[in-house]
Amino acid sequence: MPARKIARRTGLYATLTTVAIVLLFPFYWAFISSLKPKAEQAQYPPTFWPSEFEWSNYVYAWNSQPFSQYFVNSVFVTTMAVIGVTLSSSLIAYGLARFEFKGKRAIFVLLLATMIIPWDVLVVPLYMQYSYLGWIDTYLPLIVPSFFGIPFYIYLLTQFLRTIPRDFEEAALIDGANHFQIYWTIFMPMMRPQLVLTAILHMLVVWNDFLGPLVFLNDPNKFTLPIGLSFFKSSQLIDTTSMLAISVVMLLPPLIVFFLGQRYILGNEAQSGVKG
Amino acid sequence: MRLKGRHKIIPYLFILPWIVGFIGFTAFPAGFSLFMSAFDWSIVGEREFVGLGNYTRMFEDEVFYLAMANTAKYAALLVPLGLALSLALAMLLSKNVRGMGFFKTAFYVPTLLTGVALAIVWGWILSDRGVLNFFVDALGGPQIRWLTDPGVALWAVVLTTFFGQGAQMLIFLSALKNVPSELYEAATIDGAGAGRRFVTITLPMIGPAIVFNTIISLIAAFQQITVVLNLTGGGPDKATYFYSLFVYQNAFVRGNLGYAAANAWVMLVAVLALTLLFIKLSRRWSYYEV
Repeated sequence: MPARKIARRTGLYATLTTVAIVLLFPFYWAFISSLKPKAEQAQYPPTFWPSEFEWSNYVYAWNSQPFSQYFVNSVFVTTMAVIGVTLSSSLIAYGLARFEFKGKRAIFVLLLATMIIPWDVLVVPLYMQYSYLGWIDTYLPLIVPSFFGIPFYIYLLTQFLRTIPRDFEEAALIDGANHFQIYWTIFMPMMRPQLVLTAILHMLVVWNDFLGPLVFLNDPNKFTLPIGLSFFKSSQLIDTTSMLAISVVMLLPPLIVFFLGQRYILGNEAQSGVKG
Repeated sequence: MRLKGRHKIIPYLFILPWIVGFIGFTAFPAGFSLFMSAFDWSIVGEREFVGLGNYTRMFEDEVFYLAMANTAKYAALLVPLGLALSLALAMLLSKNVRGMGFFKTAFYVPTLLTGVALAIVWGWILSDRGVLNFFVDALGGPQIRWLTDPGVALWAVVLTTFFGQGAQMLIFLSALKNVPSELYEAATIDGAGAGRRFVTITLPMIGPAIVFNTIISLIAAFQQITVVLNLTGGGPDKATYFYSLFVYQNAFVRGNLGYAAANAWVMLVAVLALTLLFIKLSRRWSYYEV
């Protein structure tokens, strides 16, 4: 390799590394700050490595509020919403991508157009609607809409389904399968990577959702982690260590899910490391 | 596949959940919200028809202007900065060298820190005796009261929401990979430098991705509430009092549901107008039709 090329490559790696360090710094800082002994936390200039790892900070923070309950609530809401969105969005996407029918174009345009509507417009009437239905202070407002498909994921799945040749349905129809069976037994397995992507993206959204629980839940026993953490924050402004510890715990499930499924999000190159 | 006879109903059965959901969770609430905006409608007590009263009231409400201005300022800072960062990251990642998978992961991971946890972590970084001030100090800069000085608090919100550009970055990355390398080779032979290749080839070729990312981040910026509510609470001195906070408080704190509905519709129209204007402008310089 010529000297110039080596110099350029070294420069590239140096840039990549620096950028990565800056971008990941908040994670590092939250993590080590959550482990410092209380006295060290208040020090200025701050220490960049805790003098002692105070793991008991986590136990203290976790038990200071019913965070175990919030955690269970969050897991329940997220799981239900993710099941709902993958089932409904794939069904709707199948209908839009694999059939020709009257009004299809208009429906597709309408579907994309709804993505521009801000929550501000919908939140007040939805609150009234849910309160009329008796859904306030239940998890239904956080779960049920996911069972009716979400435009972004429908669009994502449609784009994939359009690339599959017609032969699949035609062969299956000759074998006597009905359309629902074709969708469920042939296309669902084929959509696996896109379904995993949908599930991961929606999991991240629902797990971190703050506004939904803020508006639709009142009973503190029903709180999810984000709202529990936010109320905890406003109740005791000084205890940064505990808030950071809860934030770190809250980050773990998204991190685990992301690392398990990262090839579905980042594309195949992420795993193999592109040829040098 | 086109179906015949009584089978014609089948595609509609597949999309039925969306139709029901669209009516129940989008169309009806949106229509009802427009209806409400014509009333003086409070959580408790009587409601009274006021026609366009809520809309004219807005133009006399100082807080409306303030919230709109804050949100516009925030969007005007965050959207271009976010685009620049995500494009720069994508360009770094588009180089064919060993170990890129690791950096791709590292650049995406900040996106996972969002919402309340993001506000808490950055609240700690930005505090008066926080680590950012330590770095500023070390570089010889003045102490900045990020969260308590009305002059800089908006920047604190921008900074907090700046790192999570993973989705935009991936969209740019796939757009960059689709630019034919012959274009760059031909331009290099013709003596075009890196800057010139970027302006005359890269930017026009990834035009659709720029338009898409701009629109998505613009819509998101206008709806920002979770971070401000948990980082600054709209303060200090209403310096980060964003439009969504204005709508939320009018509805659920002050209980003026009709006024809040009108506020929200003004925002929808503003976002829609900005989006359409941007798409129109982008047709002039983008390589593809959007």
